[in-house]
Amino acid sequence: MAGPSVLDRLKKKFGDKIVGATLDSIDPWIEVQPDAIVDVCQFLKTDPDLKFEMLNCISGVDYFEPDPKKAAKATFQPHTEVVYHLSSVTKKHSLVLKVMLPRWKNDEPGVLPEVPSVAGVWRTADWHEREVYDLSGIRFVGHPDLRRILCPEDWEGHPLRKDYEMPLEYHGIRGR
Amino acid sequence: MPLTLEDPRVVEFDVRTDEMLVNMGPQHPSTHGVLRLVLRTDGEIVSEVEPHIGYLHRCAEKIGENLTPRQWIPYTDRMDYLAGMNMNLGWSLCVEKLLNYQLPEKARHLRVIISELGRIASHLVGMGAYGLDLGTFSPFLYAFREREKILDLFEEACGARLTYSYLTPGGATADLPRGWLQKLEAFLTQFEPVIQEYHALLTTNAIFIKRTAAIGVMSAETALDYGCTGPVLRGSGVDYDLRRDGEERYTEMYDGYAFEVIVEKNGHYPKDHNYPPVPREAILGDCWHRFYVRMLEVVQAIDLVRQGIERYSTASGNWGEPIKLTAKLPKGEAYLETEAPRGQMGFYIVSDGNSIPWRVRARSSSFCNLSVTHALCRGCLIADVPAIVGSLDVVMGEIDR
Repeated sequence: MAGPSVLDRLKKKFGDKIVGATLDSIDPWIEVQPDAIVDVCQFLKTDPDLKFEMLNCISGVDYFEPDPKKAAKATFQPHTEVVYHLSSVTKKHSLVLKVMLPRWKNDEPGVLPEVPSVAGVWRTADWHEREVYDLSGIRFVGHPDLRRILCPEDWEGHPLRKDYEMPLEYHGIRGR
Repeated sequence: MPLTLEDPRVVEFDVRTDEMLVNMGPQHPSTHGVLRLVLRTDGEIVSEVEPHIGYLHRCAEKIGENLTPRQWIPYTDRMDYLAGMNMNLGWSLCVEKLLNYQLPEKARHLRVIISELGRIASHLVGMGAYGLDLGTFSPFLYAFREREKILDLFEEACGARLTYSYLTPGGATADLPRGWLQKLEAFLTQFEPVIQEYHALLTTNAIFIKRTAAIGVMSAETALDYGCTGPVLRGSGVDYDLRRDGEERYTEMYDGYAFEVIVEKNGHYPKDHNYPPVPREAILGDCWHRFYVRMLEVVQAIDLVRQGIERYSTASGNWGEPIKLTAKLPKGEAYLETEAPRGQMGFYIVSDGNSIPWRVRARSSSFCNLSVTHALCRGCLIADVPAIVGSLDVVMGEIDR
């Protein structure tokens, strides 16, 4: 796991676009401003000392407690995270990047949050971002073909959002 | 008005063929489950392939948010259902990473034996089904004959033949039964010479070579760009195997084991003297090489199982003990990838301090391997599409989750 040295280099190059980092957790992670994610990823991929040629995974994590009783005790503010797991085949190290987004764009319920797409950096991001869009409801701006990938095209809602409600009926099939 | 040769309509009718959309699957026999490919064809030439997936989607990740990690183990079985043991292992290691759990020595060797046996069973299906894709039925039967014996062994160890739920966070659900290791050794002795039959049936078969060599050639850069892993990546000549290069929590399982990563270096595979030579027609990164890497990994796995048996019988400690079903998870998150038969299988767990994780995520190796299809199939013949998709050896249960 590449930790402090990568953080220093990123801070030197991108300054306040690197919002924060947690280096003492199990997998150390670096938080990046949403608008800088493509530049940061391009740098991480092409820099001769870092060479993160492989994007392993993109995950969307929704932080929201639908139950108002539990929400009062929740230790987090409602938000959505996009987590990028990168690794390098030549340098044999790995890195975790995070982008924090509001749950809804401009806090308007129903409008999906947006983050620039990294499909231009790694081709594998194409499908991963489609999956995150499909299941976690995050819009990737600049994605070549942002459609649902696992759920049917006419599916409503994004199942991995914590406030998702199971449809009662889908084309005549009972949901419960 | 009579048509003359100068009329543009004549030329158009004569030379150009209409582009046609051909739907392959989801019930096509050679699409490995329920995969649907939409081919844009111009005569016999495929200009574009678009995979449609999701027919087997069960949203296992959502289910995982409502179960404790041990309760989710059976759902990992149903991802890559041809290598359930390896899926169990990946999830178990990920949970153990979050718990910072130290495994007893004996459980570590048990896991090597079980997961490498799982790799053999999985590659046997991969090989047999690939033969089916290319129109030969017998290798499939030969492969299943031997796989059946591995399933018998698994059944004796854990009671199930397909969805094992055997390896769990903390070790395994039970120790290996008495006399099991002797049976395993007898199987390995019987199985090892059989591999030559497979080579005769497929690897060196002239028709097989014609169908696979120099077909679907993928460069190392493309493979990395699309996130291909496992035999697909190594078939393109990238020397990367998580059993050697992965995270310490995973590689320490193989501490003290002697093995070489199966990849072509300077035109040679490791220990190549025993294996049939690479045919002249084959190009690094083609379907033949991906198939060959799998075949060699079977031999490699036999060797690893043998080493495992030796260490297991003399190791200290016990086979581990499953963690409590409702054990509280520490707040935090962990991501871990293991080298499953089809590539790097990653699990990601986010916990808010309860016994039920806040979020679970599975990074599927077949999902990434399949995404390269449209790049490989561009400009190939329709008959080569099953050869290319088959060489990626995808399992839809894992892609759709």
